Order: sequence, then structure tokens, then C-alpha cells
Amino acid sequence: MKNMKPLTGTEAASYAMKQINPDVVAAYPITPQSDIMHGFSQYVADGKVDTDLIRVESEHSAMSACVGASAAGARVMTASSSQGIALMHEIIYIASSTRLPIVMNVVNRALSGPINIHCDHSDTMAERDSGWIQMYCETAQEVYDLTILAVKLSEHKDILLPVMVCQDGFITSHGVEPVKLINEKKVKKYVANYKPKHSLLNIKKPITVGPIDFYDFYFEHKRQQVDAMQKAKSIYPKMAKEFSKVCGKNYRYIEPYKTKDADHVIITMSSTAGTTKEVIDVLRKKGKKVGLLKIRMFRPFPNKEIVKELKNKKTIAVLDRAASFGAEAPLYSEIRSSFYEEKNKPEIFSYVFGLGGREINPGMIERVYSELISGKAKKENYLGVRE
Amino acid sequence: MPIGGIIIEPGNSKNYKTGSWRTFRPITDLKRCIHCMQCWVICPDDAIAVKNNKRIETDLDFCKGCGLCAEICPVKCIEMKKESEFNCNKKIKNKKM
Repeated sequence: MKNMKPLTGTEAASYAMKQINPDVVAAYPITPQSDIMHGFSQYVADGKVDTDLIRVESEHSAMSACVGASAAGARVMTASSSQGIALMHEIIYIASSTRLPIVMNVVNRALSGPINIHCDHSDTMAERDSGWIQMYCETAQEVYDLTILAVKLSEHKDILLPVMVCQDGFITSHGVEPVKLINEKKVKKYVANYKPKHSLLNIKKPITVGPIDFYDFYFEHKRQQVDAMQKAKSIYPKMAKEFSKVCGKNYRYIEPYKTKDADHVIITMSSTAGTTKEVIDVLRKKGKKVGLLKIRMFRPFPNKEIVKELKNKKTIAVLDRAASFGAEAPLYSEIRSSFYEEKNKPEIFSYVFGLGGREINPGMIERVYSELISGKAKKENYLGVRE
Repeated sequence: MPIGGIIIEPGNSKNYKTGSWRTFRPITDLKRCIHCMQCWVICPDDAIAVKNNKRIETDLDFCKGCGLCAEICPVKCIEMKKESEFNCNKKIKNKKM
């Protein structure tokens, strides 16, 4: 137990950053992310890392500085939330399309408006087509481990894509949990040095980054991004297995919980998965065959693995912490599309919950299971809202 | 093709022949040209070719047909003609991907 430390989700992220010791970090404070940079800038001030910390005047500049530093060949990290990510939006696309392996810790917070600082996934769901790999963490432990893994994943020579490591605002970010830490030497050995193939600072091999790219080449570059995401999907399981030798846990794309003999399954992401596990344990004692499938990686989306895991189930409820106005909720839509080719598919229901930090408690999740079991669930449901 | 739209070959903009964008072609009457070089100065694409201090034919691989040369010419010896008037057999080819 001597490697255990009580950490909040944000502290887990900044501690992982400290052990990684990136070359450059550029960030701008925003609730509830600020604690990550608060912690990390302390490590910089105390000389625990030799990172160049660039203080900027906005998130647009933060991501721009990250893009410049990464193109120069540096290992780059940043962190943000909500409006900060919205302000970065333009450069978020430039980072992924320029194929720069930047790792960003995201503390999920509802997007304005009306203004709100609490948790939902609207900020990162708005970036789901930006070409970033997206991982969603249930606990501070996952935040810590996946931040370290994300560095390796993004820098893999066949992937070279930026990664968002997401945690739930306040719920994970400000709650204290025991986190099992990896020996710093082991972390440094695992992440090793980043050796980019091309670098702006290599004057012996001059390159141009970000030139105009019209109808004659742009499409091929987008096709390359599609390929890189597919490669990320095929390479990730091997990387996760390798990383399990370092951290002691194999982080799959998905995490099933008591699904093997379950008839009724909830699919959700991040901290709500923890609450759902509690409810499952209670319902299992009452003899209900219920389970959970936690989606850890949302981009690339592990559609085949999900179908393989759940094709024989009776019903599925997809719990989305984001809405898509005028269409189905994002995770629900992906899940439904994943099952399209299947002949005998489970009945799939949508539950949108927790927008703007609205409480999601065990009683509400129990109600979802009872609606699945009794067949009373509507196609689209809004959990915990005043109708 | 390198990923991320980066260019790893310095100076390869010469291979990107922007002449294909042209809708008007400058036709210069070199007999009337006084070689004052004002067109050479104003051309945004460096498409006015010069040899032995004399202006020669415009480099159509790079001329986008903006017409600034015709506008500035003090003796009005450059005429902008519609590209469609010319035989398009000799198409400009950009470097292969």
C-alpha cells in the first residue's frame, strides 16, 4: 500500500504530468480544470520538472502554443474544460490534422449557455469529429494511468494523433480517491524520449508545417486521418496490454461489469459507471440479471467489441451525459449504429441524464433497470429532469 | 505522401503551377515593349520572365491572369485575352502526388 496516495482527479492528472515531465505545457485556467495546472505549475516552480510552462492569454493561444511546440518536436501537454475547449475549437482541428501528438487532460463541464460550471459531456462531445482520440475515465486512478498511456498512444509512429483524457468535472476532479502510483523511474522508462520524425527545429532537414492544402491534396490528408484512427483502434489493445505490465491493469476500450449472464445492460461513460456498479451489486443480490458496459474509448469508437460483448442481451439502456439537439444523443446514436448489421439485436433505449451537473444517484439508475426489466422504458428518456 | 500536410521538400512551390487558375491570359506585343520593367515589379507571382535585361514572354505556368501588368504598362502593349480563346491542348500539369 506504500504506493497509494489520496488524490483528486485533477491531482492525479498533474501528478502523471509531473512524472512524464513534458517539454512544453501551455494552458489557461478554467474551472474545474484549473487545479490540474495549479498542481503542475507548482511542480514547475519547485523545479520537480524541467518543462517550459507557457502562460498564455486564452485557450485559443494555449492550443496554438501547443501546436507550435509540438511541430518543433517537443512533447506537449495541456488541460482544459468547457468554454476553454470551445475557444480552442479552431486549433483543436489543426492539431489533429497536422498530426501532432498533444495530450490534453479534459475536466468535463457543461457548455454555456446558460452558464454552468458543473459536469456534463457537452464540451468533448462537441469535439467528437475533431480527429482527437478520446478516453473517458471513471476514477482518479484511471485518469492517472490513462494520462501516462495517452502519451505513448499519441506518439506511436503509426498513429500520431492528439489525445483527450476526460474526467467528470467536480465528481472525479474534486473528489479524493486512493490512487496507486507507479514508480517515477518506471514511468520515465515507459514513456521514454519522444523522437519526432520531422521537426521545425531540425535545420538540416527543413520542413513546412501548415501550408495551404486545396482540392488536390486536402482529401488525401483527411483520408490519412481516417486511417490513423483505424490504426489507433487496432494498435491500442496491444499497447494497453504492454502498459498493464507497468500499471498492473489492462485498460480495454470497454469495461464489462457482470455482463456475462446479464439480460439487461446499461452502457455509460465516466464516473456514472461507478454508481451503476453499486446498483448492479444491490440488484444482483435480489436475483436481477443486470450488468454494465463502460465505454472507455469513444474515439476511435469500439463498435465491433461492443456488439460482440452485448449481442445476446435482451435490452440495453444507453446513458448519455450530453444531448444532440435535433438528433439522438451521441453515445446512443453510436450504439444503435453499431448494432445495425446484427440480425438478433437487443432493444436499445436512450436515457439522457445529468446535464449541467444534475444529480444522478443509485435510485435513478435502479429505475432505469426496472424500466428495462418491466418493458416500460420509452425509446427516448430524460432521467432526472422536470418535464 | 507525408502525413499532416507537411512539406518535406524545401522550395517545392515551383512545382505547384498556379497558371491553371487563369481565366485571362496576358498577350504582350514585344515589338512595342519599352522594357521599363514596371510589369516585372508589380507581378505578384514573379511570372514576368527577363533575359539579358529584356522582358520576354510571360511564364504561363505561374501567371494567374490578374491583369496588373496590363494595367500598369505605360505603352499598353499587354492585352488580356480570355483563356478560352486559346487552344487548351497544352494543359498545365501539376506534379504528381
